[in-house]
Amino acid sequence: MTMTLTAPEPTRPDTRSRLVVIGNGMAGARAVEEVLARGGGDLFAVEVFGEEPYGNYNRILLSEVLAGNAATEEIYLNPVEWYAEHGVTFHCGVRVVRVDRFAKLVYGNDGSIVRYDKLVIATGSRSFFPPLEGMWQDLKTLTPGVFGFRGLDDTAEMMRHAPDHDVAVVIGGGLLGLEAARGLQNYGMTTHVVHAAPTLMNQQLDAQAGRILQRSVEKLGITVHCNVRTTAVLGEEKVTGVRFGDGSALDCDMVVMTAGIRPNVELARRAGLTVERAIVVDDQLRSVDDDDVYVVGECAQHRGQVYGLVAPLWEQAGVLADHLTGVNPRASYHGSRVATKLKVAGVDVAAMGLKEPEHEDDEFVQFSEPRRGVYKTVIVRGGKLVGATLLGDVSKVAFLTQAFDRGLPLPEERIKLLFDIGGPSPEVGAAELADDAQVCNCNGVTKGQLVACVRGGEHTVSGVMNATRAGKGCGSCKSLVKDVCEWAAGGAVEQDPSERWYVPGVPLEKAELMAAIRERELKSVSAVFAALAPEGKEDAGSKMALASLLRTMWNDEYVDERDARFVNDRVHANIQRDGTFSVVPQMKGGVTTPEQLRTIADVADKYAVPLVKVTGGQRIDLLGVRKEDLPKVWADLGMPSGYAYGKSFRTVKTCVGSDFCRFGVGDSTALGIAIEDRYKGLDSPAKMKLAVAGCPRNCSEALVKDVGAVAVEGGRWEVYVGGAAGAHVRKGDLLATVDTPEEVVTLTGRFMQYYRENADWLERTYSFVPRVGIEHLRAVIVDDSEGIAADLDRRMQESVDAYKDPWLEAGQPATPGQFRTSLPLVELPQVPVRPAP
Amino acid sequence: MSTHVLGPAEAIPEGEGRAFVVGGEQVAVFRLRGGALRAVQAQCPHRGGPLADGLVDAEVVVCPLHGYAYELADGCARSGAGALLVYDVEADPAGQLVVRLPGRRVEEVGGAAQARLEDAFAEPVA
Ligand code: SRM
Ligand SMILES: Cc1cc2nc3c(=O)[nH]c(=O)nc-3n(C[C@H](O)[C@H](O)[C@H](O)COP(=O)(O)OP(=O)(O)OC[C@H]3O[C@@H](n4cnc5c(N)ncnc54)[C@H](O)[C@@H]3O)c2cc1C
Ligand code: SF4
Ligand code: FES
Repeated sequence: MTMTLTAPEPTRPDTRSRLVVIGNGMAGARAVEEVLARGGGDLFAVEVFGEEPYGNYNRILLSEVLAGNAATEEIYLNPVEWYAEHGVTFHCGVRVVRVDRFAKLVYGNDGSIVRYDKLVIATGSRSFFPPLEGMWQDLKTLTPGVFGFRGLDDTAEMMRHAPDHDVAVVIGGGLLGLEAARGLQNYGMTTHVVHAAPTLMNQQLDAQAGRILQRSVEKLGITVHCNVRTTAVLGEEKVTGVRFGDGSALDCDMVVMTAGIRPNVELARRAGLTVERAIVVDDQLRSVDDDDVYVVGECAQHRGQVYGLVAPLWEQAGVLADHLTGVNPRASYHGSRVATKLKVAGVDVAAMGLKEPEHEDDEFVQFSEPRRGVYKTVIVRGGKLVGATLLGDVSKVAFLTQAFDRGLPLPEERIKLLFDIGGPSPEVGAAELADDAQVCNCNGVTKGQLVACVRGGEHTVSGVMNATRAGKGCGSCKSLVKDVCEWAAGGAVEQDPSERWYVPGVPLEKAELMAAIRERELKSVSAVFAALAPEGKEDAGSKMALASLLRTMWNDEYVDERDARFVNDRVHANIQRDGTFSVVPQMKGGVTTPEQLRTIADVADKYAVPLVKVTGGQRIDLLGVRKEDLPKVWADLGMPSGYAYGKSFRTVKTCVGSDFCRFGVGDSTALGIAIEDRYKGLDSPAKMKLAVAGCPRNCSEALVKDVGAVAVEGGRWEVYVGGAAGAHVRKGDLLATVDTPEEVVTLTGRFMQYYRENADWLERTYSFVPRVGIEHLRAVIVDDSEGIAADLDRRMQESVDAYKDPWLEAGQPATPGQFRTSLPLVELPQVPVRPAP
Repeated sequence: MSTHVLGPAEAIPEGEGRAFVVGGEQVAVFRLRGGALRAVQAQCPHRGGPLADGLVDAEVVVCPLHGYAYELADGCARSGAGALLVYDVEADPAGQLVVRLPGRRVEEVGGAAQARLEDAFAEPVA
């Protein structure tokens, strides 16, 4: 689609020169920003053509998007509206197909023709697809299942393809290939990296480093094939495999090509500009053929070099803007020193400059510990750092990068370049840096800019990062950014408050939020937004957490607004993939009766419930119930809700215990039932699942529950908290050993109340307990060191008293159409249906 | 363009959505807090989630299945999924919901940022 945003018509005829930029990638957009920053808006009417139909985004974060660490919208540097706001005309989604240097015209593929006085070419590169048999279906179409990895669209297509495919082969084991392979693992794919050279990342790393890297990558579960040439992509309709040089083949259903990039130079070549590996430019970034044509970024070749990283293009854009706007007509570019970092979680790699010594008198310091995956080298020439490789331990990367970029003096004992042995502390490091030293190499931010930002009133590291964009690229400089900020602030900088907000839409930490709610007696979610959110704006993403918190705080007095609830809590059941729901009746301690079972069986038959299943929480689940049947199902069951859908108290699993089991030393079943009976359904920041075991054999798995009680010899009970065996596995910490079941009930309640009042939203006890520390919890909950035990018990009692079985709503819906289906035409259920018995 | 009357706006609780079959299409209609009305396709483009069951605020609806968010005004995804069809909806003087077909879709290209460019979508009257 093509859209053109035109800046408002000026009232007087526009006498400004016309600056046209081709390419809206990282270099083109940066050049525009630099020009505007130098007052270029008064000199030039700026028009930008961008083939990709998006604003300008941070290409290097595509790896993070693929890996699921960043959302697409988070990587925009300048959204589409930025252009209009800055008086720039943006031809969004328009590809320039021709440049006529003699008439000074640029032709867009949408028919637009624009005249320029000065032209900037910033067309970047594209993925290189080596000529492999079977890769293309026709001249323009890749065989389905084959992908490049260059733009947002490539990334989005991969993300669409990956989830329902199994095996990915990434061809090319450089930075890009490894990042792609790691990203694809997150979709459950088996991933292979096929690399033609003998070792991975051979552009940046020597052979030894490459081999150690290979081992670290394989530890992540990625299979690496080095020294292997791919000769063909197999499959007619879609990819089914790849064939290698030795004739062997590998089955796969996805192929990602990361075997290099090629500059986009056809436009320039046809316009008669000199093109070698890329468009040849002089030290002012002008084409050597035409003083009115500038070239920046990956499509520029300067002194024989073509760069494939962002740091050089920041420098280029600065020089270009200095020159073009006349701010510094003598500005010139002398080439960049490049440092790279691999953005793969779990494998730290940083490399800069030379990978191996070249001259006889180059100093070469090497440390290798392959077993731990650690390898480090530095190369020093004439007292200056000219190369460094850090693998597995990048603690020295900040200093080395600075030393490399700035030619800083080096410690006499070269080993200090690799290890902190009484080396300068980070603060000293920050203090010593020159003002114009570049701290963030991705976004080109200097120490001076960071310092100015702090002095200008920015008090948090993230505030400085947002304002300057430092640390927002690959992230490897974050610690140095922090050091510089701290140094500039003359001490500690503040933590970014938003990280601690309880919900994204209200700028308060939990304790402050609770205090404000209490003080202003805010009893409904809408009242909280009105009183405490910026501009009183409601926020869908905050509603569920606020509803839960308010209910915890106000119990009966809470003003229930149904729209603040997540659908599960609106209809008291768990939504399923097809919009049907599951119904889990309460079954305290996992104990049931023949009557209950008979009722459940009847209900299952009557409503044709597709699946009846015994759950991991020791209850019976009726799955695939239609929304409109829920009230009838509850009424017919005549059992209370088991809360299998809420962020709430869930279940208490029990074992048979002393009544039946020959090893039982405590009545775990009775205690489990008592606990569930008392605390059923309580709202909490995240699920609370409990268990009680009759002896240390632990058949109910009490050691891995949010709260677990274990009977031990002598009639005593151990109480564990913070255990988990779901997404995370953690043995609970022993909170106390007590003499009676009553004490277990009390301590359980007191712990849960403390957790309800202090945990972050969705923070399970397995995170909360280690965060606050078991010693602290023991002091507060068991020894009452803060004198709040009685208050906790009282507030818990209030919540217990306010309990009301939500399934009683079966009789009188809380809102009109509460149980109306939300997919009116769909044939339900779509979950598999149980065959008739 | 066809016009359909779906009954009283009050049948949708404030801040919630309800799904309707309108001329053979499934439409989720939301009555926002403050009274504004919005209508989008009822099924989430991600994996068919029931959008009428989603949480909403003045700007977005969040699908209950996997949490993708969509702009209510123009249907654009905030999370890189395809865009929703949006429908004109208003309450007539008698308080009846009126929905107009067909719906429109912002080209599925640029996500939220792109979508805001399109001022083709008149603010629905509430
Ligand atoms: C039904 C059940 C599986 C079964 O058939 O056995 C189940 C089903 C679901 N579990 Fe579970 N979990 C079930 C026992 C467990 C257990 C075992 C237990 O409770 O003893 C665990 C490990 C303990 C724990 O909670 O840590 C468990 C760990 C999870 C997790 C991981 C939580 C974590 O932070 O580690 C999730 C995801 C989440 O909460 O975000 C989850 C989420 C889910 C959801 C609710 C996913 C969802 O949001 O839709 C599943 C609902 C399916 C459906 O359509 O109804 N379920 N789930 C079990 C119901 C137990 C019950 O009677 O209430
Ligand atoms: C997944 C990934 C991860 C990366 N990680 C890193 C990293 O960690 N560190 C690092 O330093 N670098 C990294 N890079 C490299 C970095 O992104 C590039 O060096 C940088 O984007 C180059 O900028 P550019 O403006 O020259 O080219 P691009 O950003 O590619 O921009 C060129 C733009 O011009 C447009 N265009 C081309 N031809 C035309 C035409 N005829 N008309 C209109 N528009 C046109 C293209 O569509 C494109 O939008 C990474 C790259 C990728 C793909
Ligand atoms: S483990 Fe739990 S969340 Fe995952 S599929 Fe099974 S029931 Fe669903
Ligand atoms: S179905 Fe809507 S987010 Fe997945």
